[in-house]
Amino acid sequence: MSDVRTDTASVADRIRPVSTGGPVVAVHFLGAIPVFVLGEEALAFAPRDAAVRTVSVHGGAILAAAADASRIVTGGDDGKVIATDAAGTTTAIATDAKRRWIDRVAAGPDGAVAWAAGKQAFVRTGKGEQRVCEVPSSVGGLAFAPKGFRLAIAHYNGALLWFPNAQAAPERLEWKGSHLGVTFSPDGRFLVTAMQEPTLHGWRLVDSKHMRMSGYAAKVRSMSWSAGGKWLATSGSDQLILWPFQAKDGPMGKSPQLLAPAGHKVAIVACHPKQDVVGVGYEDGLLLLVRIDDGAEIIAKRAGTAAVAAVAWSADGSMLAFGCEDGEAGVIEL
Amino acid sequence: MTDKIPVTVLTGYLGAGKTTLLNRILSEPHGQKYAVIVNEFGEIGIDNELVVGADEEIFEMNNGCICCTVRGDLIRIIDGLMRRKGKFDAIIVETTGLADPAPVAQTFFVDDAVGQKAKLDAVVTVADAKWLKDRLRDAPEAKNQIAFADVILLNKTDLVSDGDIREVEARIRGINPYAKIHKTERCAIPLPEVLGRNAFDLDRILDIEPEFLGGDDHHHDHDHDHRHDHDGHHHHHHDGLKHYHDEEMQSLWIKTDKPLDPDKFFPWVQDLVAKDGPNILRSKGILAFKDDPDRFVFQGVHMILDGDHQRPWKDDEPRESRIVFIGRNLPEEKIREGFAGCAA
Repeated sequence: MSDVRTDTASVADRIRPVSTGGPVVAVHFLGAIPVFVLGEEALAFAPRDAAVRTVSVHGGAILAAAADASRIVTGGDDGKVIATDAAGTTTAIATDAKRRWIDRVAAGPDGAVAWAAGKQAFVRTGKGEQRVCEVPSSVGGLAFAPKGFRLAIAHYNGALLWFPNAQAAPERLEWKGSHLGVTFSPDGRFLVTAMQEPTLHGWRLVDSKHMRMSGYAAKVRSMSWSAGGKWLATSGSDQLILWPFQAKDGPMGKSPQLLAPAGHKVAIVACHPKQDVVGVGYEDGLLLLVRIDDGAEIIAKRAGTAAVAAVAWSADGSMLAFGCEDGEAGVIEL
Repeated sequence: MTDKIPVTVLTGYLGAGKTTLLNRILSEPHGQKYAVIVNEFGEIGIDNELVVGADEEIFEMNNGCICCTVRGDLIRIIDGLMRRKGKFDAIIVETTGLADPAPVAQTFFVDDAVGQKAKLDAVVTVADAKWLKDRLRDAPEAKNQIAFADVILLNKTDLVSDGDIREVEARIRGINPYAKIHKTERCAIPLPEVLGRNAFDLDRILDIEPEFLGGDDHHHDHDHDHRHDHDGHHHHHHDGLKHYHDEEMQSLWIKTDKPLDPDKFFPWVQDLVAKDGPNILRSKGILAFKDDPDRFVFQGVHMILDGDHQRPWKDDEPRESRIVFIGRNLPEEKIREGFAGCAA
C-alpha cells in the first residue's frame, strides 16, 4: 500500500541517519546516546557529534536486550549475558555452563539482572549474588516488578511471581497456553502477558482475577506503557491498540482505543516517557508519532524496504531513535 | 516473498539412520550451508556453529482444536536463527525417534512470525528396512512418520534380502502411496533427492496420483473397489506384488470429472477437518470449480488447510478434481459421499 499520508505533518526531514552496519533488533538510550543493538555480535553507539562506534558484545546472534538508565544487558547464542555501559565498557554477567542460548533478559532495580536459559530463570543482584528459579517449561518472558525485588516469569500455562531473596516458592498464576512477553503495569497492580495466540492475558494481582484482551490479527510482539501507566500500547494489528488501565478494574469490560490505521501491521510501539504520545513502527517501515488524546499523527519516517524493528525515546523525551530489519536506522531530535 | 528459508523435517524411528543422513548432509561438498536443529547433542560428528540443540516442547493452541499443536522451542530457535540470516541457506530439523511430525509441520502454518520467514520444504523419514515391519506393528510413532512423509529413505537395504525389501516397500505403500521412496545403504543418496523438495509448495502440487511399486508402469485406477477381503490382509496385485492394506492407517484417493461448487466444497472440507482432523494426517487436492478457469489446489495437516488458485487449466488437461487423505481409520464412505455431494 502506498503511503497515503501526504497531508500529514512530518518530521522525517529531521532524521539523522545512523549507519549501524547490520540489521537492528533493539535500541536504547544511555543518557543522550542512542545505542543500537544489532542482530549479530555488536552494539552501535551513535552520539550526536561523533562517528558511530561499534562495540562487540557476543560471539554470534544477540537474542535479547534490555536496559536501565546506565547500561544495556544483552543475551546471546554464545550463552553469555553481557552488560555494556555508556562508555562502551562491557562486563560479563554470566556464561551458561552448557552454552545454552540466552534468549530472555531483564534489567532490574539496583543493578540487578535477570536472564533465562531453557527452563531456568536466573537473577544476579547488584551485589553479585546469583539465584536460580526452576520453571515448568521454557521461559517465555521476564519482567521485574516496578516496586520491590520481584520477577515475573512467563511460561507455558501461566506465569510465576518470584521474590529472588525469599525462600518461599514462587506464586503461580495459571492460564492455559504459551505466555511469551510479560510486563507489569507501572503501578504494579496488573501483570500482562502476550500469548502464542493473538491475544493478551492479564491478572489483577491483588485477587488474581483474569483479563482477556483479544481481537488481534497477529501475535503481540511489542507492548509499552504510556506515561503514568494510563494506557498499554501494543502491536499485533494494522492499527495501534491501546488498552485503558486508568480505572480500578483496568481494561475489564472495556474496549481498546484503536488509532493510526495503516495498510500494514504495527511491528513495534514505544510510548513517550512524559506525554501521551506513542511511536508506532509498521511492517512497511513507516514510523508515526500518534497522540493518544485525539489520534493526531506526525510522520517520523516514511515507509521503506523493511519493517521497523526497534523504537526508543530518550529519558527526557527529546529524542527518538529507530532501527529497521534491513539496518536502516536514525535519530530524530524533537 | 520468495526469500523464505526452506526447512526440512527429518524424522525416523530410533536407530533408523537419521544421524547418518544428517552427517552426510553436513559433510558432503554441496556449497550449501545448513543450520541444524537437533534433539540430542553429541551425535553429530561435524563441528558446526549453527547446530542448535532443542528440547521438544509441544504447546497446545487455545483455538478449540485439540490437534492444533506447535513446537514452542522451534518458534524460539527459528526466531533466533533468523538474526543470523545470510549465514545459512536452509534449516534442517531433526526430531526425536518417537516424535510425531505434525506439531513441527503445524508450527510453520500456525505461527505468523515463523511462517513469514521460513517455509516447510518436506518431511523426510528414514526407515530401517530390517525393522520397519515390526515397528509398524508395535510403534504408532513409526507409522505416523511413514504416513506423514513426503520422502522416505528405506535404509539399511544391504541387511535384508530383495524379497524383504519388496515386502516392506509394499507395507509402506499400504500406508502412504504418495511419498517418494529411495532405497539406501548408510543413507547414501544424492542430496537433491532429500533437500529442496518444495513438497508443501502449492505451486508444486502437480499431480497426486498414488505411486505403485516399481516396474509397474501401466495405469492403475485406484478407484477400484476397496471393500476387498480384509481377512487375508493383502491381495495379490496384477504382477504378483503384494498390495497391503494397513488396517489402521490408510490413504483415500478420490477423483471426479464433475465440476465442483466452491460454495459446497469449502464448507464440506472445513467441516470434515474440524471433525475428523485429529485422524487426518495429510490432505491434498487439485480442484476444478464450475466456471472457474483456474486450478485450485489445497493441502492440509490435520485441521489446518492452505489453498489457493494455482494456474489456468491447460487445454489438453482433463478438468478433473482429485483429493487425497492420509489418515487413521478414515471414514471412507462418509468422505466419498460428502465429496460427491460437492458437485455443482
